[in-house]
Amino acid sequence: MIFLSYDSPYDPSKSFVVPWDLPPSWEHPFGTTSRGQDLFWWLTFAVRNSLYVGVVTAIISRVISILVGLTAGYRGGWIDRVLMAISDTFVVLPLLPILILLSFLLRESMNLLNLAIILGLFGWSFDARLIRSQVLSLRERSFTRTAVYSGTNSFWITIHEHLPFVLPIVFATTLNNLLWSMGMEVTLSVLGLSDLSTPTLGTALFWANQHGALVAGVWWWITAPALVTAVLFLGLYLLFTSINEYIDPRTRLRLIGG
Amino acid sequence: MSTSEKLLDVQHVTVKFHIGGLLGGTFLTAVNDVSFSLESNKPEIFTLAGESGSGKTTLSRVLLRDLEPTAGRVLFEGRDVSTIRKRSEFIEFMKKVQPVFQNPFETFSPLRRVEAYLFDTANNFKMASNDRDAARVVDDALRNVGLSLDEVRQRYPHELSGGQIQRVSVARALISQPRLILADEPVSMVDASLRMEIVNLFRKLRDEKGVSVLYITHDLATAYYISDRIAIMLRGYIVEMGPVEDVLERPAHPYTQLLKESVPEPAPQKRETWARHIELGATEVKEYGRIGCKFAGRCPKVMDICREADPPNVQVGQQMVKCYLYSERGEKAAAEAQP
Amino acid sequence: MTLLSVRNLRAYYQTEAYGISRTVQAVDGISFDLFPNEIYGVAGESSCGKTTLIKVISGNIKHPLKVLEGSVIYNFNGYQVDMLQISEDELRRNVRWKQISYVMQGSMSVLNPVRKVIKTFEDIVRTHEGITDKKKFLEQTRAHINRLGLPTDVLNAYPHQLSGGMRQRVAIALATVFQPALIIADEPTTALDVVVQRGVLHMIKDIQAMSKNTVLLVTHDMAVHANVTDRMMIMYAGRIAEEAPTESIFNAPLHPYTQHLINSLPMIGEKTTRTSLGGSPPNLANPPGGCRFHPRCPHVMDECRTVVPDLVTVKERHRVACHLFKEDSV
Repeated sequence: MIFLSYDSPYDPSKSFVVPWDLPPSWEHPFGTTSRGQDLFWWLTFAVRNSLYVGVVTAIISRVISILVGLTAGYRGGWIDRVLMAISDTFVVLPLLPILILLSFLLRESMNLLNLAIILGLFGWSFDARLIRSQVLSLRERSFTRTAVYSGTNSFWITIHEHLPFVLPIVFATTLNNLLWSMGMEVTLSVLGLSDLSTPTLGTALFWANQHGALVAGVWWWITAPALVTAVLFLGLYLLFTSINEYIDPRTRLRLIGG
Repeated sequence: MSTSEKLLDVQHVTVKFHIGGLLGGTFLTAVNDVSFSLESNKPEIFTLAGESGSGKTTLSRVLLRDLEPTAGRVLFEGRDVSTIRKRSEFIEFMKKVQPVFQNPFETFSPLRRVEAYLFDTANNFKMASNDRDAARVVDDALRNVGLSLDEVRQRYPHELSGGQIQRVSVARALISQPRLILADEPVSMVDASLRMEIVNLFRKLRDEKGVSVLYITHDLATAYYISDRIAIMLRGYIVEMGPVEDVLERPAHPYTQLLKESVPEPAPQKRETWARHIELGATEVKEYGRIGCKFAGRCPKVMDICREADPPNVQVGQQMVKCYLYSERGEKAAAEAQP
Repeated sequence: MTLLSVRNLRAYYQTEAYGISRTVQAVDGISFDLFPNEIYGVAGESSCGKTTLIKVISGNIKHPLKVLEGSVIYNFNGYQVDMLQISEDELRRNVRWKQISYVMQGSMSVLNPVRKVIKTFEDIVRTHEGITDKKKFLEQTRAHINRLGLPTDVLNAYPHQLSGGMRQRVAIALATVFQPALIIADEPTTALDVVVQRGVLHMIKDIQAMSKNTVLLVTHDMAVHANVTDRMMIMYAGRIAEEAPTESIFNAPLHPYTQHLINSLPMIGEKTTRTSLGGSPPNLANPPGGCRFHPRCPHVMDECRTVVPDLVTVKERHRVACHLFKEDSV
């Protein structure tokens, strides 16, 4: 669907390019909206943009959580305490009110990228803790000590010995993070707090609501984005569980004949 | 004798752990006033033997500079190891003191090829100037343990047997040409048919390479087989120390006697001694906190004095024994006890 | 009369992941008998199949373990049980714990850490026999504990309050509540210190002497076998290499593997050089053909590489699987 968006016959920012309020048909698979847009083609943009938010958020928060988790776990001591104090602060911050506040403040510049960055900055803390605890246990295992007495410095120990064990966690949490940030975007958009001119899964619902789609009997305007969202989440879930199984060291060990 | 002639000199090392919460809690003395030394010009295999909870592993961590002692000093080649602060000094130290760990399958990461560790060691300790050199150094080390680089190249730990990995582990420790190897239970997880080749390896290192080995184990039979001297540990103390033949053939401390008698002998015709019934405690005896001799609660020859203060170290023949039975005070107390 | 007879047992692990299937020939053609009133030892190195053998004879066959052929027949004083045919329900009601009990390495898995020891006894007696008279149950349990030489106080303790050795002995007491005909002890003392090990093994010997039942003792530690068992088998790579009374195994071993195993054992008071076998134990997913010991054997002959040696009786009660020995050669 994402790739289809590049081939869309209609520009999503324009309205009233097709007849409005048409139910699903061959020509317009998901019907058209009260604003005269083809819902199917419009949703192809929405999925692309939503995924964009999700991926950017996931990448930013993954990078932070890996750095913080690995460092805190391996170094220990005061570095660990400071980093974990920061991370705990982020965990307990009431996210939604802050996001709403930020959206108000940044109203003008609240485009998708900024939204993703903000979400990314808030989404790393819990996973950093997870990675740290994994590293803490890895640090006590003999092979870490072998590496230390092989004269390896802590940077390479972290990269060579610990990162491969942490990657499966990273992948598993990427999915959570992706879904979380897309969900967050939907929440904010439905409340009308994001850039409403950009088609996303959230703004689709916002506009549908705005036009009283259900009351007006334009049921497909609500159903189509909801369905697409569900299918997208399910697809991502399946994709990530299989990737995870493939990348997990235990599966890898079994595959190479352990 | 000046300390500079000693390779390793452990002086009154004590390690206390704090257990319990932030406030209160108690101290557990895992290693208590332990002293021994290894000569510099006479390579030997020295065994630290003891059961679980005797403090032998904690002591080995102190010697590897993994842990700071609460009291006492560890001198390596005359230098107090706790004064090593700079990374370059630590590298120098590690070059001379190398560990071999217990579980062969934990020694190397299951996700890395084993030769990576060998090359890392060669490169990090500047034993080779280029890759070709490094391969030669690694191959030499592997040949010392009866393997070759071709045999382990591209292999993951699980593709080798426990015995092979343990030999690779010894080879890795040899790359930097150390003077001392600390082997913590190196054969307890290795199958019987492969065990002796690793044990024999330590003998060979001592005789041919002049490497001293600190062998840490609970297995008195292999300890007797390879070591020159042995120290028996109980709840943090060394209770008996001396040449292995003396200590294990004629144990003086009642604890060593019990320990030796409890080692089952692989000879069905000699079942009687082992089969003699013994008393076992029902709960975990709080022997760490006990005042006086830690063995007093189980000792068949216990005297009142044993429960009052730490027994002195007494020289009995070639052995050092920490027991009142052999001290003047103890003899006096024994004489008084008998009317 | 035999208590258990195992015939030509073949049990493999069959796993499949991502299109790669693996078969591990963990138990490959094992036949042996257990008799009442004996301590029978099973010795062998890690992954020689001894754990798998125990799983099959105790009726614990779960995927990916599969029994391909053979029979495992018990005879508990006339009550015949075919372990490979019996229903899970009957196994649970009549056999497990009552006729066959199991003592394993870590006893904590038997004892519930948050309940007093007596409660665990109560649970087990209730599920297997039912408790009608609580007072009588308490009396019997106390008597049982005392008979085994344990102090009655342990019943009112929580498992974590007991020492490792005492926990293991409580686990043994628990396993013997119903006076089972067979006690399977799988590495019962492996994690314990030698002094504690001695106490626990004494207890197992005493129980056996008292109730004249059968103990199957599995351990890799040859010195334990030397001191505890009456008869034993040496397993190598999923097969029996040799089976004989323990004294013959130690004093007159026949199989080259056994010989090596005995000769390599270090002893206090003996400093002569012990040698080690070259090579490594075979991978059971891809074992060598013929005699599985042949790549490491010092006496290897041509036929060893292709022909699997039969387990032949060479002396009374002494069987060995090696081409050096024929039925009538000794």
